[in-house]
Amino acid sequence: MCGIVGLFLKKDDLRPKLGDMLTDMLITMTDRGPDSAGIAIYGDDSDGLKVTVQSDTPESDFAGLDTALGEALGSPVTMKAVDTHAVLTLPEGTRDAAIAFLEARGLRIMGLGEAMEIYKEIGLPKDVADRFNLRAMGGSHGIGHTRMATESAVTTLGAHPFSTDEDQCLVHNGSLSNHNQMRRILTEKGFAPRTENDTEVAACYISSRIAEGANLGEALEGTLDDLDGFFTFVMGTKTGFGVVRDPIACKPAVMAETDDYVAFGSEYRAFANLPGIEAARVWEPEPATVYFWER
Amino acid sequence: MTATATAATTDLQTLDMAEIELREVNAALQGAPATNYTQFEIRNPRGSHAVAVGLDAEIEVTVKGSTGYYCAGMNKLATVHVEGSVGPGAAENMMSGTVIVEGDASQYAGATGHGGLLVIKGNASSRCGISMKGIDIVVHGNIGHMSAFMAQKGNLVVLGDAGDALGDSLYEARLFVRGSVRSLGADCIEKEMRPEHLEILRDLLDKAGADAKPEEFKRYGSARKLYNFNIDHADEY
Repeated sequence: MCGIVGLFLKKDDLRPKLGDMLTDMLITMTDRGPDSAGIAIYGDDSDGLKVTVQSDTPESDFAGLDTALGEALGSPVTMKAVDTHAVLTLPEGTRDAAIAFLEARGLRIMGLGEAMEIYKEIGLPKDVADRFNLRAMGGSHGIGHTRMATESAVTTLGAHPFSTDEDQCLVHNGSLSNHNQMRRILTEKGFAPRTENDTEVAACYISSRIAEGANLGEALEGTLDDLDGFFTFVMGTKTGFGVVRDPIACKPAVMAETDDYVAFGSEYRAFANLPGIEAARVWEPEPATVYFWER
Repeated sequence: MTATATAATTDLQTLDMAEIELREVNAALQGAPATNYTQFEIRNPRGSHAVAVGLDAEIEVTVKGSTGYYCAGMNKLATVHVEGSVGPGAAENMMSGTVIVEGDASQYAGATGHGGLLVIKGNASSRCGISMKGIDIVVHGNIGHMSAFMAQKGNLVVLGDAGDALGDSLYEARLFVRGSVRSLGADCIEKEMRPEHLEILRDLLDKAGADAKPEEFKRYGSARKLYNFNIDHADEY
């Protein structure tokens, strides 16, 4: 069991409230996943590529990190440090050098993107949300996850969302049974997962398909053919988000749409605080059917 | 009985989940026989689980909004009317009484039900009526895949379409579908609609407030080939 929430805004006026709305949704799903929680939030486009890094010793690791990275890259870097996470905005064309520098310092790369930032930690969703002040974050869309661990350990890197390419993230409720085989196939293709987690394999699979030219819908369609197991997936990209459930569809899912937003929840409870939910179109996504919205 | 007490029987007790906990709500409903209340209204369910479960008296409960898992589970005698949608396992293992859902129902609505009537005015998703044992279920919309899996007794009536593998490994439940059936499960076949079936269907459609004619439906049931171990199939096990 895990909890998933997602919110995609259709209108700009709700953007400052995105974090607040998603945080309520996330906390409501605590019963489904008290082990760890995470959120991927798509904010305003920054001046460059943003990299979110995590450290268990942020005070020492983040002190002077922006200056050191800027000097190594030969161009200034801006940094926003929030608890165990820091978001660094990179100068153009410095991606690979920056990642090498950050990894050499023992920092964990959570994700990269022009719009996306990822925050995830072990602990109750309420505490994770407080630590990162998720309520204050604005943006166009976001995805959150509360985890009850099954296939790999309760760690920060085992928390969702998983990001395996720029501005892409995946959350999952379920468990995959062919992830070891798929991990070998993806590693040969150059999309090696970094953890033992089954969901990261699915994220790498989708990233590999998109890199090969598939659109989000086609990549999600592919999970139905190539991934074995139970899944409800919610995937975020820079411009949209998508949903797919396996053909058996044991893992719950409900969606709501109004003129202002599209929302996803593992349970209807997650929607209870959303504005206009009483009049929203609410439905259960069909099994083996891909849904996606793009702006 | 005093005049005051008689007057109280017509009273409606409102249970507002914005103010009281689920346990208090269910305790009030389950404790109804000891009071004069026969009508209840539950406000602000906000998708809560296990709303109005384990009722065992001829009371009427209206739920003003949508609920989560197991709404009206194990119902006996009571009438529960949900003015919204219900999550997985609605009216699971119902014994008697009536449950009416104005919206949609998620997975396994009416599962294992022994009796009573479940009416879903919207759509029901997968596994509707799984292992039903005597309950009657009327769905005004469509039902999802694997519905009536191993259904033993009772009637499942669907005004819309049915998903894949309808009635897989069916026993003696009767399935009536007006629309299309995407596929039939193992051992489920279309059967002749005889006058007694039209009569059962007319009665259920009437009770469920469904605007449909019995003659528009097809009946499906068990081919009865999976009932017993068949020595000729020994190689397939």
